[in-house]
Amino acid sequence: MDSPEQNVVASAQLPKPAALQDTAQDAFATSTGTWIFDAKGISIYYSSFRAVTDVSLTIYENEITAFIGPSGCGKTTVLRTLNRLNDLIPGARVEGEVHYRGANLYGSGVSPIAVRRRIGMVFQKPNPFPKSIYDNVAYGPRINGIRNKGKLDEIVERSLRRAALWDEVKNRLNKSGLGLSGGQAQRLCIARTLAVEPDVVLMDEPASALDPIATGKIEDLMHEIKSQYTIVIVTHNMQQATRVSDRTAFYSVLVDSENDTRTGTLVEYGPTQQIFEDPQDPRTQAYVTGRMG
Amino acid sequence: MSTVAQADPAASAGSAGPLAHRRPLGDRIFQILAAAAGVLVLVILALIAISTSQQASSWFSTAGWNIFTADWNPATNSFGALSFIYGTIITAAIAIILSVPISVAMALLLTEVVPRRWARPIVYVVDLLAVVPSVVWGLWGILVFAPWLQHIYTSIASGVKGIPVLDALFGQPVSGASFFTCGLILAFMITPIVTSLSREVIATVPAIDKEGAYALGATRLEMIRGAVWPHSQGGIVGAVLLGLGRAMGETIAAALVIGSSPVITSHLFAAGYDMPAVIANQFGEASGEFRAALIGLGVLLFVITIVINLIARGVVERSARRHRGA
Amino acid sequence: MAATEQPAVDLREPAGWRRTKNQIATVAMVLAFGIVLIPLGFVLFTVIAKGASAINWSFLTGGPIPPNVVPAGIGGMGPAVVGTLLITGLAAVIAVPLGVLGAIYVNEYGGRGPLARVVRFMADVMTGVPSIVMGLFIFSIWVLHFGYSGLAGAFALACLMLPVVIRSSEEMLKLVPDPLREASYALGATKSRVTLTVVLPAAIGGIVSGALLAIARAAGETAPLLFTILTVTATNANVFNGANTALSTQIFTNATQPYLGAQSRAWGAALTLIAIAFILMIVARIVTARFTRYSN
Repeated sequence: MDSPEQNVVASAQLPKPAALQDTAQDAFATSTGTWIFDAKGISIYYSSFRAVTDVSLTIYENEITAFIGPSGCGKTTVLRTLNRLNDLIPGARVEGEVHYRGANLYGSGVSPIAVRRRIGMVFQKPNPFPKSIYDNVAYGPRINGIRNKGKLDEIVERSLRRAALWDEVKNRLNKSGLGLSGGQAQRLCIARTLAVEPDVVLMDEPASALDPIATGKIEDLMHEIKSQYTIVIVTHNMQQATRVSDRTAFYSVLVDSENDTRTGTLVEYGPTQQIFEDPQDPRTQAYVTGRMG
Repeated sequence: MSTVAQADPAASAGSAGPLAHRRPLGDRIFQILAAAAGVLVLVILALIAISTSQQASSWFSTAGWNIFTADWNPATNSFGALSFIYGTIITAAIAIILSVPISVAMALLLTEVVPRRWARPIVYVVDLLAVVPSVVWGLWGILVFAPWLQHIYTSIASGVKGIPVLDALFGQPVSGASFFTCGLILAFMITPIVTSLSREVIATVPAIDKEGAYALGATRLEMIRGAVWPHSQGGIVGAVLLGLGRAMGETIAAALVIGSSPVITSHLFAAGYDMPAVIANQFGEASGEFRAALIGLGVLLFVITIVINLIARGVVERSARRHRGA
Repeated sequence: MAATEQPAVDLREPAGWRRTKNQIATVAMVLAFGIVLIPLGFVLFTVIAKGASAINWSFLTGGPIPPNVVPAGIGGMGPAVVGTLLITGLAAVIAVPLGVLGAIYVNEYGGRGPLARVVRFMADVMTGVPSIVMGLFIFSIWVLHFGYSGLAGAFALACLMLPVVIRSSEEMLKLVPDPLREASYALGATKSRVTLTVVLPAAIGGIVSGALLAIARAAGETAPLLFTILTVTATNANVFNGANTALSTQIFTNATQPYLGAQSRAWGAALTLIAIAFILMIVARIVTARFTRYSN
């Protein structure tokens, strides 16, 4: 297992950001080096409006990759492109190629349903179905054809354990999922996502609606599961990015004052430690030292 | 120098200081008028109950519990209303059974399947169904639809002859103007309402729940069953109940196509009668206790539809509260 | 790091039952719409086909309405047209201002108070009261004392329209943003002034269109009129006195006649009625499109 080279170009002119307080102690510990997503120069449009332009990056297996950047910079848009959830928005389209494990994600003949079974998503605001906790987790397996009660029981327990929620709900599996606290509900959503055995888990600001303790639990969870899943997380919280992620992609906004449009773009992408301690682009530097965003 | 700053707090209310508040008479009158208009609703409802019950009281008192027999014969002054109650229930049930799947399917079509641009024209077309007045449905029903249906009924009846349950339902006697024809036309009439109410309900399902289902790799049908249906159950039941109330109260179309024959029978293709229809058809010649009986049927109808309405709103409220609270 | 380094993963449609079920569901939904189109088309086609031949200027204005045996082409439905217009118009004049006032009470004055909640709830319930009950009500409370008249019919129709106008106007008033009211208060206006000069004009488009739809529905009503106007054959322009007639009740009496002349007149009247309701509906949509500032 090879670890990527650290970039040692000195940037003497720029004041050095403070060394990271919390680094992901296990950075790259589980990475296998295989690439999962490969995007080349993609642009994302909503009808004629270009929301995101010129994004190229590669996401690797069993790593946690963070998308950071100010509001409106397109990080959620790019995330949703990875599981074709943008297809739900009329007029949304992607130009450029996005490959997932060797296949063109937007190629003809590709079924978004098959894509989403492999690439799951956890949303910013926990959205458990108005069903029992059991039925929430069992929903995914059921639609994939698993009907056997014993097997479903096993999947539900395994998923809830992986999401660190089992002990808290094992005695009330048939109670409504809507009755859980925010942090529990989010872990339920994670369990629900894990129940279909995805390959990748996308997370759109999963802890932004939660209190610090619940946030901590989610972050611990991410560390625990990253040896089995590839995780891409959008976050507003830079400390969170440094705590959990192996790599970080920094997005920013290009403002076209003539047409009064804002288009997002990828500015810099690299190992988290490098992005935060030794950013190459002045915009990255300005953001991570808190001068903007 | 501002006199406000000088205003003596001690010499305030009562005396007409610069800031003393005196509501103009016009403003107060307007408020009273508005309140009166609102209260008018309550007054009218109460008056309906009182005045019609009063007119019907002679029937209630003389007939007593015989109201619920099937013996309706104005000539002998017996007014048992059971056959009309039966007819009202049967035709409304047929209308609901036929209309609800169609209405809910269309509501789903409009909210989940059809791109927004096409939704509006489709809604206009559905609303056209509502624009057709009840009497026109009845006119077309009795002069065109019923004769045509009679052929179909006759064929079905001969087809099911002898088969146990089916013969009881669809066998002879058949008539173009019948329970089923009435139920069918009622279904046409309540579809726009049930569709539109169901649409409103389904539209309140949070988009994020739908996305959650899709994100798990669900097809649209699976998403509807997983995310939309649990949220909208209560509201759709409420919509169906409101449609039921409408169907029960629908008068003129029923009066023209139901067949005007007070019978209780399982044969859906037979001529029958229901409460609003008999009132409409026979009121002109009625007097004395006959008229009291007809008005009494109106009271029954009033009570039934109010009760259904209350249940419908209760159901909708409770399911909305359950989802809001969580 | 070429994109072809690893064997491509299979992202095609999962085979089998799921896809088929989804497709069947979609087809069923579209079919539902088709099923709805059938009776609609059937009715409209028949009414237009049979009614168009009966309608001409003398049909719409000529009178009195001939006895049923008289064949088509002789006489007209003028009295019924006049009756419908007068009675529905009178009902609108009664119900619309009262309905708007009621909505103003519920939305602007009542707020969350118990009385407003009861009124709102009862207005909802009242929309479900069958039209025949309204007819019997006015019969019991007015006709028995003052006789049949167009006025009685108008009262019955107004009772039908009132809750509908209240609810639709209330929805429109709710859409007017609060900052508009606050700005007016801040200038020292009284509540009635704020409501009449700022809120009502802002919501007027939606209110008018809602009222037009209620009127369209009332114009087609038959049951409330059966017990209140006592169908006659000659024009009675005095809506306050004496029995009257209307298109809807005429159609009702003609529908059960075996004579072709009577039936033809019924079809003509039906087409006229649908045309009136349709025109009102179109005007309502135009008003919504052009004059409604705040809409859902």
